[in-house]
Amino acid sequence: MNKITFIINGEKRSIYVEPNDVLLDVLRDKLGLKSPKCGCERGDCGACSVLLNGKSVRSCLVFAIEVDGCEIETVEGISQNGLSVVQEAFIEMNSFQCGFCAPGVVIATTELLRKNSTPTKEEIKEALAGNLCRCTGYTPILEAVEKISHHNKHNSDNTGGTNE
Amino acid sequence: MSKYRFVGKGVERIDGREKVSGAAIYTDDLEFGPDLLYAEIVESSEAHAKIVSIDVTEAEKVEGVVQIFTGKDFPYKFGLYMKDRYIFAQDIVRFIGEQVAAVVARDPKAAKKAAELIKIEYELLTPVFSQMDAISENPVLLHPDLGEYPHVPWFFPKENTNIAHWRKTKRGDLDGGFKDADLILEETFEVPRYAHCAIETHVVISKYDYSGRLTVWASSQSPYTQRHLFAEALAPLGIKHKDVRVIAPHVGGGFGGKAGVTMEILAAALATKMKGHPVKIRWSREQEFYNTYQRLGVVAKLKLGLKKDGSITALQHQLYWDAGAYVEYGANVVNAVGLSATGPYKIPAISIDSLCIYTNLPPGGAYRGFGYSEFLFGLESLMDQAAEKLGIDAVEFRLKNAISKGDTLAYGAHMNPNGLKQAITEVAKEIEWGKEVVSIDPEKVLCKGFSLLWKAPAMPPNASSSAFIKFNEDGSLNILVSGMDIGQGYLTVMAQIAAEILSVPPNKIRVENPDTDRNPYEWQTVASHVTWSCGNAVKKAAIHIREQIFDLMERAFKVSKDNFYLEDDGVKSHLDPSFYLAFKDFVVFGIPMDDGSFRGGPITGVGTFLPEFSSAKSDPETGQGGHPNVHYTVGAAAVLLEVDKKSGQIKVLKAVEAIDAGQAINPDLVKGQITGGLLQGLATVLYEDMRFNDKGRLLNPNFTDYKIPTTKDIPEEIVPIIIEVPQPDGPFGARGVGEQTMIPVAPMIANALYNGLGIRIKSMPITAEKVAMAILEKEKN
Repeated sequence: MNKITFIINGEKRSIYVEPNDVLLDVLRDKLGLKSPKCGCERGDCGACSVLLNGKSVRSCLVFAIEVDGCEIETVEGISQNGLSVVQEAFIEMNSFQCGFCAPGVVIATTELLRKNSTPTKEEIKEALAGNLCRCTGYTPILEAVEKISHHNKHNSDNTGGTNE
Repeated sequence: MSKYRFVGKGVERIDGREKVSGAAIYTDDLEFGPDLLYAEIVESSEAHAKIVSIDVTEAEKVEGVVQIFTGKDFPYKFGLYMKDRYIFAQDIVRFIGEQVAAVVARDPKAAKKAAELIKIEYELLTPVFSQMDAISENPVLLHPDLGEYPHVPWFFPKENTNIAHWRKTKRGDLDGGFKDADLILEETFEVPRYAHCAIETHVVISKYDYSGRLTVWASSQSPYTQRHLFAEALAPLGIKHKDVRVIAPHVGGGFGGKAGVTMEILAAALATKMKGHPVKIRWSREQEFYNTYQRLGVVAKLKLGLKKDGSITALQHQLYWDAGAYVEYGANVVNAVGLSATGPYKIPAISIDSLCIYTNLPPGGAYRGFGYSEFLFGLESLMDQAAEKLGIDAVEFRLKNAISKGDTLAYGAHMNPNGLKQAITEVAKEIEWGKEVVSIDPEKVLCKGFSLLWKAPAMPPNASSSAFIKFNEDGSLNILVSGMDIGQGYLTVMAQIAAEILSVPPNKIRVENPDTDRNPYEWQTVASHVTWSCGNAVKKAAIHIREQIFDLMERAFKVSKDNFYLEDDGVKSHLDPSFYLAFKDFVVFGIPMDDGSFRGGPITGVGTFLPEFSSAKSDPETGQGGHPNVHYTVGAAAVLLEVDKKSGQIKVLKAVEAIDAGQAINPDLVKGQITGGLLQGLATVLYEDMRFNDKGRLLNPNFTDYKIPTTKDIPEEIVPIIIEVPQPDGPFGARGVGEQTMIPVAPMIANALYNGLGIRIKSMPITAEKVAMAILEKEKN
């Protein structure tokens, strides 16, 4: 067992892991963070996405031992001080059906909008292309993100600032 | 404008906040503490073989292994419509991936390691991988005991063959119909198997406690049906229905794959031998592909007779289904198609033979569309061919032959009210049917294709729903039902139905996932029937509450109950405009009287629904006499494609689909079904391609090699159109739409390709490679 220390959703934690423990399993089973979901265990579906030092990664493809000294954010962290603009837009647009892919999509969208608050439709599609959804046909997900983008563009046109 | 307050409104999903915030609990998210055991299933490596021996010596030595089980520990059969399957293989394995043994261990890694060390010796039997081979002369018999298998009375297995069920529907003078025809067309179409690909794999945890009670937590579309099948299969252990409890948390996609019982029975059975411990099984993505259900494959042979004026004189439709090693659920897919393979057309002479055939491939079963996608591919392709041969426009041809209310169906009952012709007209208008489209790029072709759709719920005539509603102290409501929100928005729609009757807004209504100990009976969440069936039950429960409120008003205020009505979260009076009694002031605590006593008390409602007009009793040779389908949902769809002539690559520029929802309880959610269903349909046509090797092993059981669409694969534009011709026996006129949205996609793509390129593709999927090869072939000729 190896001790690792990292910041998870703003809190510093230290735990012991085996060298072959997968981050997804550690988040879910040792830390009780259930928002990252297991859909394929090989990086195809994106349901297990988390932000690792601000970049989205598939937590099923990361060994826990690799995150020593890193900062991780899951949907629990994004939700803890009230839901984000992204989450509210998804609710308003009925973007999800079964909801199993939702945490991964929230992560990918959050990453996108932090980098680029006014993405085009093509940029949104590109950013979310690694998150499989079998229910929605993606349309209501994309529409919600486009709505935020339009809103941000409108605000920045008027105020010169951006509004994530 | 809707004439209702809450019905017909695109209200926000009541489960939206939970799902987007990460709060929603799915089965795999449940915690069971340090005593949780994990089971790993040992699977057959052969498609057809006798089990000679199972050696567990090495596996037992692995640290953490608690116990190892084989088929002999569980000599019990199960099945929804036909009991042709044991919990674990007994002496014979019939497909690669079939469960042979199980390792129960303290942690999943130990279970997996031990499972790999179990040695199984097989004696190989000849496998059968094609349904046509399985019905050839003197085939290898997969189930020599077929004649003894228990099954529902409307199935007709053929002893000493591989035919598990043969549904025949015959009506009118078939020979005469073809004799009268000016044109006869005969074609064969093939549709392969497909996988559901819900992003959540099957997960189940089961615990048989020391008091003899079995609790199962499952990712499920069918908690009550599961409870029933567990109780039936485990009855030899003395387990009664009251001792079995199924709890179904949120489910991460179903599409039919989580209907009935598949791997859940493994955990239930293992738990009975591991008293006191919760036992968990989570299917890997691979297992999800080959050991749940797959969509059945089919070879469809059609013969169509027509008059010069475009009227149809006769249809012969023979469907040979590759149903896999066990057909306990899949046989009902075959049955459903056997009743409805006319499509939504008026046809005076009909002969349908739908044959459910055993093969040594994974079991076939329920998949969104329940066989209708498969037969519509051939039928709607052939209708286009017929229209072209007769020189009639494809849309005109369909308007001429479209079924109407009151027309006789293949099995002799009559068609329900429907907006099929309106759907055809509106889709044609939206896609600008008849207006020529030309690509500015000479390497590309623009083309349009059209298709009709119809589908009935396929269910036993006594499939039923029930609902409880209870008021809370503050006037909010809890609805208890046992359908599953597999994404379609069922929970929200049930809230809207109760809201409409009781005048309590949906955001003050909580509808939770079921627990069979607490929530009342629901058959299953399949067949696109829950909005209709459970919606009726919820509506009745709400009316039950309303009647109790009016009775209470009469008792408390000594005014006839006819004078009261419900509005704005309370009771109002026609006699006295100033009268208003808020629900929160009496629905639990009662109404205070002058003498200090109270009237009333906690108000709860109950409602049940069973379609009492439905019957599966009919002549086995003709299918005439019963009323097996409660109604059909119909619609039309069209597509505009851009096809690259060199690569065969297809881009969907526009897809239009009109569907008759009767009354869309929530139009936003209906549109969500259309966009989602269309893409799932497109996936089966353009991307998904299941490949087996010559030993019957699935070669691509993962999302790297079995491609489902991403954000970059969606149509450029989707236009959903909702038609509303009310279903007289539906809640506010509603009928289901969930499956129907995906079923017209294959033929409309095939028809568009013919219209644009003159190539007629008769097998699915329609990959770029297949299109490019067909173009080359055509150019050669």
